Amino acid sequence: MTSATVVVEGAERSPERLSPAPKVLGLALVATGAGLALILFVAVLAGIVVPGTAFGLWFSVLGFLFAAICVFVAFTSLGMAVKSARLQKSGAVLDARALADRAKERAFVSLGISVMLLVVLAVLMLITMNDAAVAKTFFQWELIAKSSLDVVQAFGVNIFIAVIAQIFVLVFGLILAIGRMLPGKAGRPIRALAITYIDVMRAVPAIIVLYLVGFGLPLAGIPFLSDFSPVWFAIVALTLTYSAYVAETFRVGIEQIHPSQASASRSLGFSYAQTLRYVILPQAIRAVIPTLLTTFIALQKDTSLVNIIGTMDAFNQAKFYASSNFNLSSVTVVAILFVIITIPQTRAVDWMLERGNIARRGGAK
Amino acid sequence: MSFIELSGVQKSYGATQVLQSIDFAVEKHEVICLIGASGSGKSTMLRCINALETIDGGQILLDGDVISGPGVDVNALRRRVGMVFQSFNLFPHMTVLENLMLGQRKLLSRGKAEAEARSMELLKRVNMDHRAGYYPDQLSGGQQQRIAIIRAIAMDPEVLLLDEITSALDPELVAEVLNIVRDLAGDGMTMLLATHEMTFAAEVSDTVVFLEQGRILEQGPPEQIFRDPKEARTREFLRQVIEAGRL
Repeated sequence: MTSATVVVEGAERSPERLSPAPKVLGLALVATGAGLALILFVAVLAGIVVPGTAFGLWFSVLGFLFAAICVFVAFTSLGMAVKSARLQKSGAVLDARALADRAKERAFVSLGISVMLLVVLAVLMLITMNDAAVAKTFFQWELIAKSSLDVVQAFGVNIFIAVIAQIFVLVFGLILAIGRMLPGKAGRPIRALAITYIDVMRAVPAIIVLYLVGFGLPLAGIPFLSDFSPVWFAIVALTLTYSAYVAETFRVGIEQIHPSQASASRSLGFSYAQTLRYVILPQAIRAVIPTLLTTFIALQKDTSLVNIIGTMDAFNQAKFYASSNFNLSSVTVVAILFVIITIPQTRAVDWMLERGNIARRGGAK
Repeated sequence: MSFIELSGVQKSYGATQVLQSIDFAVEKHEVICLIGASGSGKSTMLRCINALETIDGGQILLDGDVISGPGVDVNALRRRVGMVFQSFNLFPHMTVLENLMLGQRKLLSRGKAEAEARSMELLKRVNMDHRAGYYPDQLSGGQQQRIAIIRAIAMDPEVLLLDEITSALDPELVAEVLNIVRDLAGDGMTMLLATHEMTFAAEVSDTVVFLEQGRILEQGPPEQIFRDPKEARTREFLRQVIEAGRL
């Protein structure tokens, strides 16, 4: 405490011993330039892309508003940078530093908004360019309204396939992971089998597995199995593919549990299998839940491949509308549906993990 | 015949011979302290008795039964031989009470009420009954180690192996753990401790064993080993310990 005060007092008496405030004038100028360029960009787009429409009006108003905010923030940054340089010259180095710091933050805020606005403008441009061709093809409200009910109903098939396949994947994936890690000489053939399966199934594209199952199983003429409906072929195919991914996820989880946990469990008298069951797996599974979710989201989306074996899912239904209306807006409905089911799952898992962590640390964050 | 007997026990990791022909005996109710530099084979010796390591030569007997070599039911053996580790190794996904009950429920087939009663009795004994519902992460190292000790005791082992159980603890937490060991010694628990706590070893043990490069160089009652060591290497080791302020 005392020594710090001494240093500052000494420093104020001899500012030349203080290292100078950082120079931020250049950064502030760049931010200002970017903001001004954006205003120009909005003006050009508003003039040529959508003149005279309500959309164009909103576009111009919001575009100019955000661009103006960018420029305003950049200007204040510029002002601070100039003042900071003046303070530096007058010897108030510490004040100059503090002001330079604020100027820097302002400049970055301005640049951040600029980047965001630029991306939004680029997307809008893509949709509205060429006489709004993209908008007319993918966002035709009449078709969206007309197809929505049927597409949503068909989406039930996607959800059914995903949920059943996910349950099978968890079980089969865990069996594969344990098989791949069996210890000792006796475990070798099973290990080899599991490794081969995982390697092959991760390599073959899901759509090809779907073909093989959907068209191969009926040909094989196996009683019961060959008489499955296309929906169940889809479940089988996705289970076969995704179990291989999930097996590797489980394996990573198991391997990251420290060997001392197994030592402790074995020293109490638990067998290898009991140690897995009571000590290793509960910790390993908890550790890989976020990775599992990522894999499951991919699986859910791959349910849209099942139309190739003739299942009437949401995407197939949407394609039906698309081809009879020469417009792809019904497909947009499918995309929106997948977004709607995916985001809550992500948040739910975040919440679950956070709650678990809080419990183990005793209520404190 | 002694309670535990090691004869000609050898163990190597690759080309490194960690234990070279250990001959050693433990009587029932005896407390044995293994001392020696890091890498002298103290921990390996304990891990061999509990079959966490398989030995490469020699034989280990527990109460007249051969417990080394192929065909031994290691799970049954380990229920008789408890072990506590340097790094506590509590199960982090379970509460203190669940840690204590798991082995009793699944391995000793105790009922829920019985296992819980036994756990709470042990928790009271180490003044931790108010922490039954806590998770290991919420406890200090000393508290975790106390739980680890009674987790082993809850299985009613015939012998307890303690592998440098205070080495990972802050100095002010060592005493609370050693008090429990002192207590157990008073109850007549047969114990083998690998330890760097020389003062404690001198106080609590019946026999002190000095290991050097995988051999037992010298063993005897603590007064003799600490006051009048016969081997030059033992004197050298103790001199270094005293220099470090540990004795």
